[in-house]
Amino acid sequence: MNFWQFLQQNWNELLTLVGQHLTLVLISTLIAVVIGIPTGILLTRKKALRNPILGIANVMQTIPSLALFGFLIPLPFLGGIGARTAIVALVVYALLPIIRNTVTGILGVDHNVREAAVAMGMTDTQILKQVEIPLAMSVILTGVRVAMVISVGVTTIAAAVGAGGLGVYIFRGLRQYDNNLLLAGALPAALMALAADFSLGLLEKHFSLEGRVKKHRRWGFTASIVAVVVIAMLAALGIWRAGRGQATGEAGSRVVVASKDFTESILLAEIVAQSLEARGVTVDRQYELGGNLPHDALVAGRIDLYPEYTGTAYTAILRHPPITDPRAVYDQVKREYGERFNAEVSPPLGFENTFAILVRGADARRLNLKTISEAVPQARKWRAGFGQDFMTRADGYPGFSKAYGLKFVDQPREMDLSLTYIALASNKVDLIAGNSTEGRIAALDFVQLTDDRRYFPPYEAVYLVRKDTFKRVPQLGEVLAKLANSISTEEMRRLNYEVDANKRAPAEVVREWLQPRLAT
Amino acid sequence: MSEANNTALVEFRDVSYAVPALPAPILSDLDLKVERGETLVLLGESGCGKTTTLKLINRLYLPTAGEVLVEGRPTTDWDPIQLRRRTGYVIQDAGLFPHFTVARNVALVPSLENWDASRINDRVRELLSLVGLDPEKYAERYPRELSGGQRQRVGVARALAAEPPLLLLDEPFGALDPLTRASLQRQFVALTRRLGKTAIFVTHDLREALRLGSRIGLMHAGRLVLLETPDNFLNSEEEHARAYLETLKLQVEDPDGGSA
Repeated sequence: MNFWQFLQQNWNELLTLVGQHLTLVLISTLIAVVIGIPTGILLTRKKALRNPILGIANVMQTIPSLALFGFLIPLPFLGGIGARTAIVALVVYALLPIIRNTVTGILGVDHNVREAAVAMGMTDTQILKQVEIPLAMSVILTGVRVAMVISVGVTTIAAAVGAGGLGVYIFRGLRQYDNNLLLAGALPAALMALAADFSLGLLEKHFSLEGRVKKHRRWGFTASIVAVVVIAMLAALGIWRAGRGQATGEAGSRVVVASKDFTESILLAEIVAQSLEARGVTVDRQYELGGNLPHDALVAGRIDLYPEYTGTAYTAILRHPPITDPRAVYDQVKREYGERFNAEVSPPLGFENTFAILVRGADARRLNLKTISEAVPQARKWRAGFGQDFMTRADGYPGFSKAYGLKFVDQPREMDLSLTYIALASNKVDLIAGNSTEGRIAALDFVQLTDDRRYFPPYEAVYLVRKDTFKRVPQLGEVLAKLANSISTEEMRRLNYEVDANKRAPAEVVREWLQPRLAT
Repeated sequence: MSEANNTALVEFRDVSYAVPALPAPILSDLDLKVERGETLVLLGESGCGKTTTLKLINRLYLPTAGEVLVEGRPTTDWDPIQLRRRTGYVIQDAGLFPHFTVARNVALVPSLENWDASRINDRVRELLSLVGLDPEKYAERYPRELSGGQRQRVGVARALAAEPPLLLLDEPFGALDPLTRASLQRQFVALTRRLGKTAIFVTHDLREALRLGSRIGLMHAGRLVLLETPDNFLNSEEEHARAYLETLKLQVEDPDGGSA
């Protein structure tokens, strides 16, 4: 399928994502303007506050966006899953350029002009409104322009908190090794950034002194004001509708199902979602949340359940050193989640998604490699690429390399997990740590090396569910019991492959898979 | 209040002005009366305190000792906004608002005082004509479209707009070429005479002081060292005055007047 065909097929979805993206950018920029400009003005009046507040704004801008999302999710009013959290984060990033340029612009007004204004008997408010703001306007608008262009970029990450936008295509494209998706996400985002840059640049020019002298200026000005107002109204409408869709929690049998940001998690979430819907339960889907955000959201009561792996819960969240006994891991996770997070762990779904140490099939056959131990001598000539997750977690690279005495040519590259598959396929690296149920393993002719020293802890798939949800939704216990032991590793690989390689919609793949099972 | 009309328009009583950052006061023990209708020129080199003296009058500064009276009232008793709107102020480079047209610049104080639109419009045209600018041609221009001399004329028009009894001028013609300056000086003399304005004019140019002032106050290192009519100033034996008069001789020998 070429890009053009892709666009024709996905036109509606793409437009929705562009709309969401634009809405997030405009709303957040608008809020940042409403907060930032008065703050900047205040700082020109209160010199003592200037450095502390600019310092805080500076620091806020350096917070990584995923960390900020994680921090925001549990907060009342500001947090949660979806557009609101994304907007708060975007506002945080947009504040610095707006505040700073307001301060710079106003303090930069010609000293003679300000003195004349005071000496003419203008009050401070009059000087601000009639002299300082008009003269600083083009500098202030530069700040707004910078903020907006930053927002267009950061908004792509908003997909990680379920806020939608073009990041959905970009993340999905990375995950599925799909250039059409990547392009369809990145191209409109880039165009949007250019358009924001250009249109605010025009407005800026209008407010500059050169712009003022030109005749016939009223039309251009009126047109840009009308455009801004119309766009703001559309954006407000969009957010209002988004807000309505988001009203969760009040309904009796509504269940919020979340997933992490990879295909398998989405499929597992969709399986439970459709099973619940088949029993008449209303489901609210909050898929593709980044990092550990689903955990934060579960604890904060923003979601009811999401698929997880026992090993991940055991090491990454409960922070225990890795162990290899599946039974012990499951029991410990079940007990601690009940005590600490008031959450239940469903029966295992029947398959494990452990780390799969992968090499190219050609290399494996040429060197006759079957186990990780056999690859250790080769590794001295190899480069490795690992996802951020694997590089940092207790049962990841540090322990793994020690257990096998592995050494590579240089420090392994740390990159997005999806990208490691691409890097391995294109000979950029020679060994990666993928997932054992990854659908592309066969498709890309990769070979999984056996964990012959049984280093990796068990990663049984389960659902983590808030205990109070069981009381609210009696059907849930039955659904989870039915899904126990119902998916094999091969089956999971096939489902993943249907989505990742055959580009089919997860909902459709799940519907097919559930059909015979629901009938019984 | 009738008594107020008989008193000096501006009076300095033993005024000093100091800032903590500087060891010596900027202004020391200034006693000075400015009579209605006169043009007092404050003459002195940079940093002698003449600009500070001006700013004490319209309450841009408050004295650290003594008091400054305007129309018989200490500036500390005045509402600063009211005081400033009754005091025209002209500075070097005019300090015009670059984003206002000439007409809006001139109309500034009247519109702050909420005059009605037609009265403001009439006044702007009257003033532009008075300072020698054709309203038809210049009213809708922006300051950056004017020459330095034209900008300075607009500055004077702006200061006169709300008919203030007092004009403060801080080296208004300092940045202009000699011919434009001479022309503006002539107009200024005619204007203040015709309108009966009281003016306090700061300059470092002796010839300007002699040409414009009904009295010249010579300042040095924060003190008023001489206060005389131009004729008496020319014959003064005071050392700083003599130093100034020496420069006059040099300038006469130099036909370009380049150092002026």
